Amino acid sequence: MRELEYVRADDAASAVALVSGEPEARFLAGGTNLVDHLKLGITAPRLLVDVSRLPLDAVEEYDAPGGTGLRIGANVRNSDLAAHPAVRASWPAVSRALLAGASGQIRHQATTAGNLLQRTRCVYFQDATTPCNKREPGTGCSAVGGYARYNAVLGASPDCVTVHPSDLAVALTALDAQVVVLGVSGERRIPMTGLHRLPGDRPDLDTVLEHGDLITAVELPPSAAARRSTYQKARDRASYAFALVSVAAGLELDGDVVRDVRIAWGGVAHRPWRATRAEDALRGQQLTEEAVLAAAELELEGATTTDQNAYKVPMIRNTTALACTRLAAGEVSR
Amino acid sequence: MTEQAAAPLQPRSMGTSTIRLDGRLKVSGAAPYAVEHPADAPPLHAWLVQSTVARGRVSALDAQQALAHPGVVSVLDHTNAPRLEDTSNGELAILQDARVGFRGQIVAVVLAETLETAREGAALVRVTYQAEEHAAELRVDNATYRPDSVNPDMDTDTDEGDVEAALAGADVVVDETYRTPYEHNSPMEPHALVATWDDAGEGTVLDLVDSTQGVHGVVSALAPMLGLEPGQVRVRAPHVGGGFGSKGEPHSHEMAAALAARTTGGRPVSLAVTRQQMFALTGYRTATISRFRLGARSDGTLLAIDHQVFEQTSAIREYAEQTASPTRMMYAAPDRRTSHRLAVLDVAVPSWMRAPGEMPGMFAHETAMDELAVACGVDPIVLRELNEPATDPETGKPFNNRRLLDCLHRGAQRFGWSGRPAGARASADGEWWVGTGVASATYPMMVQPGNSARVRSLDGGRYSVAIGAVDIGTGAWTVLTQIAADALDVDPAAIELEIGDSSLPAATVAGGSSGTSSWGGAIVAASQLFRNDHGDSPDPGVETTASAAEDPVAEEYALHSFGAVFAEARVHRYTGEVRVPRLLGVYSVGRVINPLTARSQFLGGLTMGLSAALFEESYRDARFGHIVTQDLATYHVATHADVTGVEAEWLDEEDYVATPMGSRGIGEIGIVGTSAAVANATYHATGLRVRELPLTADRFLP
Ligand SMILES: Cc1cc2nc3c(=O)[nH]c(=O)nc-3n(C[C@H](O)[C@H](O)[C@H](O)COP(=O)(O)OP(=O)(O)OC[C@H]3O[C@@H](n4cnc5c(N)ncnc54)[C@H](O)[C@@H]3O)c2cc1C
Ligand code: SF4
Repeated sequence: MRELEYVRADDAASAVALVSGEPEARFLAGGTNLVDHLKLGITAPRLLVDVSRLPLDAVEEYDAPGGTGLRIGANVRNSDLAAHPAVRASWPAVSRALLAGASGQIRHQATTAGNLLQRTRCVYFQDATTPCNKREPGTGCSAVGGYARYNAVLGASPDCVTVHPSDLAVALTALDAQVVVLGVSGERRIPMTGLHRLPGDRPDLDTVLEHGDLITAVELPPSAAARRSTYQKARDRASYAFALVSVAAGLELDGDVVRDVRIAWGGVAHRPWRATRAEDALRGQQLTEEAVLAAAELELEGATTTDQNAYKVPMIRNTTALACTRLAAGEVSR
Repeated sequence: MTEQAAAPLQPRSMGTSTIRLDGRLKVSGAAPYAVEHPADAPPLHAWLVQSTVARGRVSALDAQQALAHPGVVSVLDHTNAPRLEDTSNGELAILQDARVGFRGQIVAVVLAETLETAREGAALVRVTYQAEEHAAELRVDNATYRPDSVNPDMDTDTDEGDVEAALAGADVVVDETYRTPYEHNSPMEPHALVATWDDAGEGTVLDLVDSTQGVHGVVSALAPMLGLEPGQVRVRAPHVGGGFGSKGEPHSHEMAAALAARTTGGRPVSLAVTRQQMFALTGYRTATISRFRLGARSDGTLLAIDHQVFEQTSAIREYAEQTASPTRMMYAAPDRRTSHRLAVLDVAVPSWMRAPGEMPGMFAHETAMDELAVACGVDPIVLRELNEPATDPETGKPFNNRRLLDCLHRGAQRFGWSGRPAGARASADGEWWVGTGVASATYPMMVQPGNSARVRSLDGGRYSVAIGAVDIGTGAWTVLTQIAADALDVDPAAIELEIGDSSLPAATVAGGSSGTSSWGGAIVAASQLFRNDHGDSPDPGVETTASAAEDPVAEEYALHSFGAVFAEARVHRYTGEVRVPRLLGVYSVGRVINPLTARSQFLGGLTMGLSAALFEESYRDARFGHIVTQDLATYHVATHADVTGVEAEWLDEEDYVATPMGSRGIGEIGIVGTSAAVANATYHATGLRVRELPLTADRFLP
């Protein structure tokens, strides 16, 4: 890897100033993704600004419409967040998503913000010797016509067909979390549903963040659906594998009728995919396996597949049904 | 060399669960692996530059920027690397000309003061290529080359009787195609070595501390190419973190380090291949396509077996996997045929991976047998009973100790086979379909010629026993000590074993499940001759070196080990995910010399077979020519959570026809048949017959 300058930020504002002042600067948190990329030669920043020691590691309750929300500092480690009693009680999908990801060692090291901003696991993105529009805009997309098992089935573009790898992001997207961002012009909030982008003709941009924007926290609003939520992940092996597909679902029932439902999908698109059409179709309906399958089917209209990833369509449909019916049956415990 | 016929050995230490003599060193981190060995001088670090085209020529290699990088000492390429005396081994003859034979081939070596600067130096080397059209995709229609023989030196084809006529007259025919993917050995310790070249004095010129399965094999491959006498090359490998065949023969990184060391004026060169580089440079199992035809009477009695194998080799060096070899001896059938055809591709050089031949071949054979059992409506174990041969179908010789049926019956009893529903998709447990499957396993018994051992008496009734064997994590340190103790009739604590050094008496590779048999035979021969010559109370310092004479009795028999593997598979009805909560292997392998280390071999083999069944696949992108799933996050191997109920057991027996210890080999049989047992269990669970590994979730979704 290229020699680079490493700076430990004193506070959030100076971290933002340092990174926005140098086009080839990057924030460093747990390093479990970024350091791999440095070694593989797929990114070569001049300056690393270490934000992992900034005091962004608190989990605090805050007053929110309809109850108590939870503000999670950007540096809270994945394992601490997964184990947090309030998360387990009121946002169980978040805890389950985290525990379904990576390994114990990596979760101890990985941070909340770093997890959301980890980059794709597309094998061509990670191999500097092959063309990749996300890594080197304009070189082409090797995944089209290549190793395509993990490729997106929704929202892909001819320029990029990869998926977002984070499990946590899927749960946060389902539960209407917001990301608190500090930029050069101050603090703002971005809903999780709007943080990550579809690739379009700019697959090099994963998110809507500007260069130098620092995530300082994630806010989880309370809801009945969040309290009754779960995360279901299908993968190639029983642990330590990225999702083939995954579902974060939250449910509020009135008898067996759906009062509120939240569904987000992982492993199907360039961003966590909030399944709003499916949610709309289910609201006010009796929660049955058939109803969920039909709602998922609706969301999957327009899915595009190849031989290698066509399985994702039935798999995500079935996994959604599994997650929702388990929630309805109260089978999901913490 | 003195040859001595080894007499059968009475077990005393053999058969006991002696704990690993190197265990404490290993768990405490004190056992040095290859690049951890302290060198006489601080080593230079080497980093490999790999080609980014699959075929063509290096048209220019610009090392200016790399050399300007602080810490970079030199860059070796085909224009300035030392010349080799012999370039016939296309894998090892690197940096000799501008040709590129596969994507990922070594085109330059950067030497630098630190690992980091070497790596950055390698990134700064600018290579331009004249690319040529390449071929990197294996298909049936391009696998047309007929090799002269298949690994290690078996017939390419066999043909007995009239297979077509027998198939035409059969009541039942199974005619299916089975596929196994490219697989990589991925041992825990990557391939790595420290090389020192010092031609100032007499004796050793090239000194390697290597991670290899055979120190003498490295000497005999490298010395002539480098223009050295075997005695001028010394290779040591005291501890090796796994190999699974990939360290059985030297690969090009070893030559890279040797060439580099020749240019540094005596300074050692340290080279560790990265995990990603291993996917191009250190061997792998070819993908296989097996067209299998079984013809049988309606009761399941086999009339014909036809196994046509299509697989690949590299254009720069031939390796032909013996995939159909077990088909030749497994079951009785009067009319039988096997063949191997290769696609010759511009790809990395394939090589040995645990049970080459038997592993992919038995996946095909044992899945086909399961299909035949279903087609005939007979129990899979009954089918195997029906087709048990009286003599070896391949050689006509009698089998010595063929106990396949004993393994099947013992396994059936322990696994609880008897209540199994005959039909598929008959059992469910909540969201899971549940099924069970069985498959046979076999592995040939091999003793390699060319081993000798030295026994020397020490003070105080102690003995030094030396042979250039290698412990690749299997337990050879321990097991050879036990054998020596029994052969000299002393306590194991009285033995000082020396292994892992080519300056010791010659030893063959830790491979082909032949290590313990071959090395152990030499140790027994030398020990017995030592006692003959020097008696029971020898003076300190006397010694005997001997090798085991070939045993003419063994020649009269077909010698193989056998086993039976039982699996329970659960297939998720919603996601198609497969889990294997129970896996049992029962083996007939002669005497088990150390139950503790042997169990690890069986469990390891079963686990690797489970892993191959469910997960392992190296995806070659033929457009580029290399494996794109080139790390352990994308090349999935089984995790702890996947391996929940693996058990192994063996029959209580001894086989003195095979070896004076009464043992056969155990390293590979555990992986054989295992993926077929799992596949057969997924069929029984779901009614879906998947004929291609790995059995990933997508294959079980509509
Ligand atoms: C083998 C393996 C398996 C894995 N499996 C899974 C899995 O199954 N599921 C899953 O979800 N994840 C998985 N991961 C990914 C893992 O979760 C991420 O690597 C981790 O969450 C990243 O967090 P980090 O703190 O280490 O980030 P870093 O590597 O430090 O940073 C990642 C990115 O985030 C940016 N960044 C970090 N903090 C901030 C901030 N506060 N504001 C703005 N930008 C910031 C960095 O600049 C960088 O671009 C796996 C990783 C590995 C290596
Ligand atoms: S899918 Fe996206 S990340 Fe993968 S190669 Fe194409 S452009 Fe690159």
